[in-house]
Amino acid sequence: MRTIHGMTATATSARSDLSELGRSETALRTFLHGLPGVDQVGAEQRAAQLGTRSIKTTAKAQAIDLAIRMVDLTTLEGADTPGKVRALATKALRPDPADPSCPHVGAVCVYPSMVPYVAEVLRGSGVHLASVATAFPSGQAPLEVKLADTRAAVAAGADEIDMVINRGAFLAGRYQEVYDEIVATKEACGDAHLKVILETGELATYDNVRRASWLAMLAGGDFIKTSTGKVPVAATPPVTLVMLEAVRDFRAATGRQVGVKPAGGIKTSKDAIKYLVMVNETVGPDWLDPDWFRFGASSLLNDLLMQRTKLTTGVYSGPDYFTLD
Amino acid sequence: MFEYAPAPESRSVVDIKPSYGLFVDGRFVDPVDGGSFKSINPASEEVLAEVAEAGSEDVDRAVRAARKAYEKVWGPMPGRDRAKYLFRIARLIQERSRELAVLESLDNGKPIKESRDVDVPLVAAHFFYYAGWADKLNHAGFGPAPQPLGVAAQVIPWNFPLLMLAWKIAPALAAGNTVVLKPAETTPLTALLFAEICQQADLPAGVVNIVTGAGGTGRTLVEHPGVDKVAFTGSTEVGKAIARAVAGTRKKLTLELGGKAANIVFDDAPVDQAVEGIVNGIFFNQGHVCCAGSRLLVQESVADRVLESLKRRMAQLRVGDPLDKNTDIGAINSAAQLERIRELSEAGAAEGAERWSPACELPERGFWFAPTIFTGVTQAHRIAREEIFGPVLSVLTFRTPAEAVEKANNTPYGLSAGIWTDKGSRILWLADRLRAGVVWANTFNKFDPTSPFGGYKESGYGREGGRHGLEAYLNV
Repeated sequence: MRTIHGMTATATSARSDLSELGRSETALRTFLHGLPGVDQVGAEQRAAQLGTRSIKTTAKAQAIDLAIRMVDLTTLEGADTPGKVRALATKALRPDPADPSCPHVGAVCVYPSMVPYVAEVLRGSGVHLASVATAFPSGQAPLEVKLADTRAAVAAGADEIDMVINRGAFLAGRYQEVYDEIVATKEACGDAHLKVILETGELATYDNVRRASWLAMLAGGDFIKTSTGKVPVAATPPVTLVMLEAVRDFRAATGRQVGVKPAGGIKTSKDAIKYLVMVNETVGPDWLDPDWFRFGASSLLNDLLMQRTKLTTGVYSGPDYFTLD
Repeated sequence: MFEYAPAPESRSVVDIKPSYGLFVDGRFVDPVDGGSFKSINPASEEVLAEVAEAGSEDVDRAVRAARKAYEKVWGPMPGRDRAKYLFRIARLIQERSRELAVLESLDNGKPIKESRDVDVPLVAAHFFYYAGWADKLNHAGFGPAPQPLGVAAQVIPWNFPLLMLAWKIAPALAAGNTVVLKPAETTPLTALLFAEICQQADLPAGVVNIVTGAGGTGRTLVEHPGVDKVAFTGSTEVGKAIARAVAGTRKKLTLELGGKAANIVFDDAPVDQAVEGIVNGIFFNQGHVCCAGSRLLVQESVADRVLESLKRRMAQLRVGDPLDKNTDIGAINSAAQLERIRELSEAGAAEGAERWSPACELPERGFWFAPTIFTGVTQAHRIAREEIFGPVLSVLTFRTPAEAVEKANNTPYGLSAGIWTDKGSRILWLADRLRAGVVWANTFNKFDPTSPFGGYKESGYGREGGRHGLEAYLNV
């Protein structure tokens, strides 16, 4: 009785009801714990089923180009240097130097200190510049530090901010704290888009993934993102499925569309296409666009390029024909 | 839009002969006193092959071959040696799985993703599972040295042609019986390919005999005095006729008949997964499933939300070419079955239930029926009482758990049921009260060779699968 009632009541009532939720810990808790549960076996089975779709010929070509446009080409290493990120940004603009018909990627994603160098390269190109902020990846810093981190990244030219939620607070049940941090970060973003990283590998259950998704959306996140890529379990198909169901239901309830970004561990074209099938059959064509779905990845791009070349030329080229940046 | 390009499985992997004889005493033979009939592809109405129709003389030959094999070879053979043959058959099924899956989809109309991912893997699993029992019968719980029955007459339906063959043949052979099997007249081809696999496995002649034909052949077979055991899966109507026919004889009988299963969704159910379960429950195999969840009982307080999600999900179902790897719903098996589905659906609409189907284009040739739900159905409607055996779901509501039990049990059938709730205690409470042979909780249509399957009431008697499935083929 608890679950669906909470959901239907909010789903059918006015929008203002949802914005009120963030004002009280009790209201947030009641709402989040009233969301319908997720059956683990069923969710995993559905995700696996969607993975058996056979995407061939024209559909494959279409999917590969779309996937390239959705890549957030990422480097998040302690060893990143201006030279390294400039090379990556150059690749983002023209992923396949041999083929001008190849689209550019969705965004480049770097640490805040690297933003200025990337901004120089990307300026005016239409490729977005994302930066991880808020004491990425752990998020274990005072709020003021996280907000300063965010403002600095935006000031340096980032138009998308990938923040991490406070998992410690979430797992301890302090939803208000998580909510307030997201709201504050969103404010610090100004016009920049906010992607909220749930770090689903640390949330452990699908019920938690669904609750954290709703919490991030209620607090104003423009995107919900699975992972930092810095913990052992990153994006998985069932986690992404649960998040897609959340953005679908959130739009039905509020009218606002939120994007989804699986990140970490997506390495092959085959994997990427499975995600696109999942988007197509769970939330539909409205989300099949780089504005609403992204892949956080690095090595994925070269595999997409190899498959693309195979489709256009009929032969596989060796990895030496694709740039390593 | 993201349009999936056609992704057809190649039909050239299977070699269909223009005509097939009967498989008797280890060889394909022409019928002595029978005729022939054609098996068609229900997705295109194209003739696939001409198949022999066994007459009474042919059935007699098959039963005599089975008797001889039982007395001379298979009966006396140690269990460990019978196991070797069964393991060999199981491995051959795996090796030839692609061929079997394509042929099953061609002859039956079911989508290749089901024949490939469900039917054929389960067939192999059944043979592996019962192969393991063949030398352990003393420990199966039926006494120190349980004996086989002799010759088993087995008549199977068209909805899972090869899987039903496996459910029948694997336990029979493991227990030491020999068999004469009659596949359904619309789907004989995979059974005949299985006969080739028996030859390939060097199974002794006469252990497995396959006689093709229609109802008349089946009747002749079950009434044959040389038969010790009758196993039937099919309609309740035919099941009753068989029970009458074998009454007063020495023949042991198991029947797996129709169903009208309730799939019960409570207000605390995980909605997205429940919707998947509803879809799987009624649209799997075009609804040609005796344990299909054909009556959705949804708690009234969440009915609107569940139906909205269900309709959205149904709009994603892809109906069409069974050999396309992305097809979710294939062809209806025969013109006769399509007619029955149409007739009952029209009765549903005429009796006042509200009919809904997603927009979907059906191919021009072949037998097709769009996935359909009826809302506003009551217990008094025919579509809530009679087995439709097609992709048609009747939606009813309930208010309390007690009312759910009452409605679920208010049917002459009792094969299966589904429960969707987050509350474990409610699952156990309900499972104790449902008069159904199989109760699934937060899942549906889940099959495993280790799990017994069978019905209450007019859904039949006896169990197939698991240790329990051996009992039907042992003299206990």
